[in-house]
Amino acid sequence: MGNLVLEALCKRYGSSTAVERVDLEVKQGEMVALLGPSGCGKTTTLRMVAGFIPPSEGRILIGGQDVTRRPAHARDTGMVFQSYALFPHMTVGQNVAFGLEMRKVGRAERDGRVMEALRLVRLDHLADRLPRQLSGGQQQRVALARALVVNPAVFLLDEPLSNLDAKLRGEVRMEIRALQQRLGLTTLIVTHDQEEALTMADRLVVMERGRVRQVGTAEELYENPTDPFVAGFVGRCNLIEGRLEAPGGFRAASGALLHCDVEAAEARPDAALLALRPERIGLQPDAEGGGRVAAVTYLGAQTEYLVEQDGTSLLIIRPTPTLADPLRRLAVGDAVTLSWEAAAARLLPAAT
Amino acid sequence: MSMPAPSRLLFHAVVAAAFALMLAPVVMVMVISVFRQEIVSFPPPGLTLDWYVNAWDRQEFARGFVSSLQVALMATLIGVPTGTAAAYAIARGWLPGKGAVNTLLLSPLAVPGVVAGTALYMFYLRAEFWIDADITATLHGLVAAHVLLTIPWTVRLVSASLAQLDRSAEEAAANLGARPFTVFRRVTLPMMRPGIVAACLFSFIQSFENLELSLLLVGPGRTTLPVAMLSYLEFRIDPTLAAVATVQILLVGGLMLLTDRFVKLSRVV
Ligand SMILES: Nc1ncnc2c1ncn2[C@@H]1O[C@H](COP(=O)(O)OP(=O)(O)O)[C@@H](O)[C@H]1O
Ligand SMILES: [Mg+2]
Repeated sequence: MGNLVLEALCKRYGSSTAVERVDLEVKQGEMVALLGPSGCGKTTTLRMVAGFIPPSEGRILIGGQDVTRRPAHARDTGMVFQSYALFPHMTVGQNVAFGLEMRKVGRAERDGRVMEALRLVRLDHLADRLPRQLSGGQQQRVALARALVVNPAVFLLDEPLSNLDAKLRGEVRMEIRALQQRLGLTTLIVTHDQEEALTMADRLVVMERGRVRQVGTAEELYENPTDPFVAGFVGRCNLIEGRLEAPGGFRAASGALLHCDVEAAEARPDAALLALRPERIGLQPDAEGGGRVAAVTYLGAQTEYLVEQDGTSLLIIRPTPTLADPLRRLAVGDAVTLSWEAAAARLLPAAT
Repeated sequence: MSMPAPSRLLFHAVVAAAFALMLAPVVMVMVISVFRQEIVSFPPPGLTLDWYVNAWDRQEFARGFVSSLQVALMATLIGVPTGTAAAYAIARGWLPGKGAVNTLLLSPLAVPGVVAGTALYMFYLRAEFWIDADITATLHGLVAAHVLLTIPWTVRLVSASLAQLDRSAEEAAANLGARPFTVFRRVTLPMMRPGIVAACLFSFIQSFENLELSLLLVGPGRTTLPVAMLSYLEFRIDPTLAAVATVQILLVGGLMLLTDRFVKLSRVV
């Protein structure tokens, strides 16, 4: 076990750049998720760590040792592939034993550790089956056991849940997280699914077009995005273009004046975007109000409202009001007043 | 498939007719091989297995069978490892201009057998003069010619199975600590096995039943079974030939079915 450090890691294909100067540390026993839309360079980053792709620039350190030039077989990473990549001609037991064989672990110890790893994923009763005789979820767990049995220094997962159905995905997600915490594995997981990343990882790395946009815990990214892409990608967000009008006012491009925190405005005088989470906006029916309801979508526990105010459209999400609440009778065309705490409005620089 | 009833009927009728047309000669040969009378007539005057006994008694068929077996085995033994290595190198992009190499390796299949056989015959005569040794009418000359069948077929079948091979299984092996050669031996080769087995069987069939390529290259006393059958036909027509053909059909058909279990032939041929 050890920590994983990426230093200014780059990968270029001809004139196009897949990964651009990624700096990152995954601490001993920590689980970090690479999150971002398809094609943003997550898999490329992970495969550089595993040693399948040589970086164009930068360094990779595992447990303090520079492994940038080491071949994949000498890196001591344990990878779980998106397609599982089980050996089709070997039984489940032989699949799991493979890494131990390569490490010249003796027969008796090997058998013991294989069974132990299979017990960990609750598949010890299927050791003699071939991979094709297993369900997708079971194959996935064999792939986990095969990677874990060798106690890799770094555990790598590439979209491990993408081939499972929705119900199984939730279960396996918790199972992987529990295993990772129990064994104290230094883990890098790749996903494009933000719910997956938010629920599993200690920290998230949001990537876009090969660059790291922001690194932080789920809460930090959600409450305190420093980048317009992150604000829009993690959770839903109203992003309004405009500029600051001192003090504590933000003039939207459409002309609406929206209030924001005075101190925050002083800290970022160049703000070009106002980010406002839909559930942080309060809503009151008010005949004198400046907002007009443009749409109401009932979603059971929550209701979504689209409100037009001075040419700006805002999404608002509220817990569905009780039947007695006048808000419950709100209909398209009604006038409303909107309210939010000044601190809830985050100021961001222009998108790049 | 959803088609209106009349056109579906027509479709099935055409398919049935095509199958009948293709299978009729094969079935006829098998039927004739057990007719008692020498001149084929209907209804048959009676059934017999005498023609099979007769075929076995005739030296040229028994010997032809043995040398066809020999040639096919040797051509397979040489062609399959060579073709497999070539297909692997092509698939992994180790060869510069791999498209050209692939085309070159498959090209013998595009040349009509008689043309290739004649060209080889002329080349062998020239070569005999240079190296001062017999090539035409020898076993190794024949085997060398048949390797021109077994290599292309192997390249074709093994390439098809390599195209389906999941590369990430190889990466997984490397990730678990296997060096490149170990990855090849423990993961790649076993995953290629169905393709290689199919290549062995199909190469054997192609060589065993080949007539055109062998025609000019066989010599007296060393004739392959198809050539022996053709020569017999020049002098007489009787159900002996049908008996020999039936044995050949059963052998080849059986091997084909076996091959199809490893690689779906409809996808490759
Ligand atoms: N072998 C390659 N050659 C050229 N471009 C590639 C290659 N592999 C990946 N890319 C490009 O690099 C970018 C990042 O790819 P990838 O890391 O697979 O994205 P992700 O896993 O985030 O979906 C994509 O734009 C992709 O087209
Ligand atoms: Mg990917």
